[in-house]
Amino acid sequence: MPEFLKRGLHSHEGKLLLVVLALIVFLSVATPSFFTLQNLVDLLTSYAFSGMLAAGLLVVLISGGIDISFTASASVAQYVAMTVANAYHIGWLGVIGICGGVGIACGLLNALLIGTLGLSSIIVTIATLNVFFGLLMFATHGNEIFSLPDWFVNGASWVVYTDKNETPYAFNLQMLGLISAFVLTAIILTRTNIGRQIYALGSNKDAAQRVGIKVFRINLLVYGYMGFVAGMASLIQAQDAQSVSPNALVGRELDVLAAVVLGGASLTGGVGTVSGTILGVMLLACLENGLLLLGVPSYWSQCFTGAVILIAVSALAIERQRHRAAARRVMA
Amino acid sequence: MTSNTPPRPAASTARFRPSPVLARLSVLFVALLILFALLLGERLFNATAIRSMAFQLPELGVLSLAMMIPLLSGGLDLSIIATANLSALAAAYIFTHFGTGGGTGAVVWHIVALVAAFGVAGAIGLLNGMVIAYLGVSPILATLGTMTFVKGVAVGLTHGGVISGFPSFMVFIGNGSLLHVPVVLIVFVLVAIPVGVMLARSPFGQKVAMLGSNEQAVRYSGIDTRRVLVRVYLLSALLSAVAGLLMMARFNSANAAYGESYLLITILAAVLGGVDPAGGFGRVSGLVLSLIVLQLVSTAANLLNISQFLSLALWGAVLLGVAGVGRVWASLRPMLKRR
Repeated sequence: MPEFLKRGLHSHEGKLLLVVLALIVFLSVATPSFFTLQNLVDLLTSYAFSGMLAAGLLVVLISGGIDISFTASASVAQYVAMTVANAYHIGWLGVIGICGGVGIACGLLNALLIGTLGLSSIIVTIATLNVFFGLLMFATHGNEIFSLPDWFVNGASWVVYTDKNETPYAFNLQMLGLISAFVLTAIILTRTNIGRQIYALGSNKDAAQRVGIKVFRINLLVYGYMGFVAGMASLIQAQDAQSVSPNALVGRELDVLAAVVLGGASLTGGVGTVSGTILGVMLLACLENGLLLLGVPSYWSQCFTGAVILIAVSALAIERQRHRAAARRVMA
Repeated sequence: MTSNTPPRPAASTARFRPSPVLARLSVLFVALLILFALLLGERLFNATAIRSMAFQLPELGVLSLAMMIPLLSGGLDLSIIATANLSALAAAYIFTHFGTGGGTGAVVWHIVALVAAFGVAGAIGLLNGMVIAYLGVSPILATLGTMTFVKGVAVGLTHGGVISGFPSFMVFIGNGSLLHVPVVLIVFVLVAIPVGVMLARSPFGQKVAMLGSNEQAVRYSGIDTRRVLVRVYLLSALLSAVAGLLMMARFNSANAAYGESYLLITILAAVLGGVDPAGGFGRVSGLVLSLIVLQLVSTAANLLNISQFLSLALWGAVLLGVAGVGRVWASLRPMLKRR
């Protein structure tokens, strides 16, 4: 077996890839509707929101922090953007600017509070989740926005393929957002100096500080990026749902966390890859979608998801214990 | 700004000591009392309003206790709400299917129902504890998994529906009073005092707190940390079952999704009450004081006709504010001492 294949299979991503491939093969054989272009389009469109958030959260987890508040920032961003878009003609650049701006502002506030209050990031972001969400619900009285501008509802899509029955398959905004989020995150993490600093900070904060990495600045960047991604994700989610509801997104933050962690990112920081995160999101998406197509009542899908999360995190932990034991043997 | 200060290894424990937090909370409490007395006066400080506060506080109170014990040990239990609901559903199923008749038969079934609730919770707690202690999974992830799984089981079995119609003693626990004191509050006190004494005075409580400060040191001193951890999550699950039964008694129904918004609030309440989220420090007295402050804010907001969501925002802001005041105070104190 070639060296790179052997190493690939021993990595977490390699094993996860095998699991996901096995699941895909099983579902393709078991149900005729799983392995179709239409299902692929549906999957990419409906999981774009969680996928994008997972990309953002990955960066935060690698830096050694955690963000719980991103669903609330996303809700605020889409509500503000759509309210303004209904009142003034601001166009795509306008809504993108507002969503990104609001998201970044929420993220920077998180970083500022984490840097100054001396509380852990999980506590600060749980508090800001309640502050953002509470203020949004207070200001909007929980009212949904049902009518969005026509140019926004129509969105943008590029038909790339038409099959024999004249059914068009289009590349839509959701896919564009999902792919750009992963590509951008991969570039930041693996191709830039800042990415190295984020990994360094998450691996060992004290050492990172001593070699001159400015922790506060990196935190501003990391949480700002999370906020920006949340803003963008909220935009494509609103476009897909064709309406904005202030309480539709809050409560999904732990699902996104589960996907990122399944992808091998560690809560203690310094560990995690974009490819792993993509596989983590794919695993949960294919599982939910597959159960539905297999005809399992939707009431039970959460139960399966929970079982998979439990098994996966246990397997990961056992793997790490073995690595540690092996390392100890080498030392002795 | 952070780059100029030398790294502090024990930063999180040094910054967040429990006793100043208690003092700060008491000041906040008195300040809020004065503020609301000026704003609301009689409307807040009358028997009805105080009784309604006493009815609302215990649910969140018991759930916060269930969250506090894992927090003390340096962990976290995200599955408390799911556990509470599944145990309540187990009891509700037996109440409504077997315990409907009169006589001694029904009484036996009532006891079976309560035992079933604690049995279900105990099983979940053991699962959490084993996975965390023996497999070494981080508590957030393990309990995130059990939370999703347990809620999934509850939703799957009930199809998201509600079970209602319970024996009269459950209704009495939920909505009755003894000598003008709500029974739910009595239950909370009967749970909180033993838990508080156990955490502060018993060997087990000492071990839990030490585990949260330095797990390795505790293990090297000859304590089986894994057994302590299993008990921590077992206890947390059993307390969740108490909370589940309280919620069920208050609403006179059980459902897979009750009280979900409480989950992250319990962490806020515990941290506001001086429990160090990194583990090791915290007292039940602080938690109770923080619960009273939160309840006061929410009831006052309600009386002032402010949306309940604004009080949610205020709860988050109170926590950030208290931590902020603490930081300012900590940086001012050396200057005052020098003088």
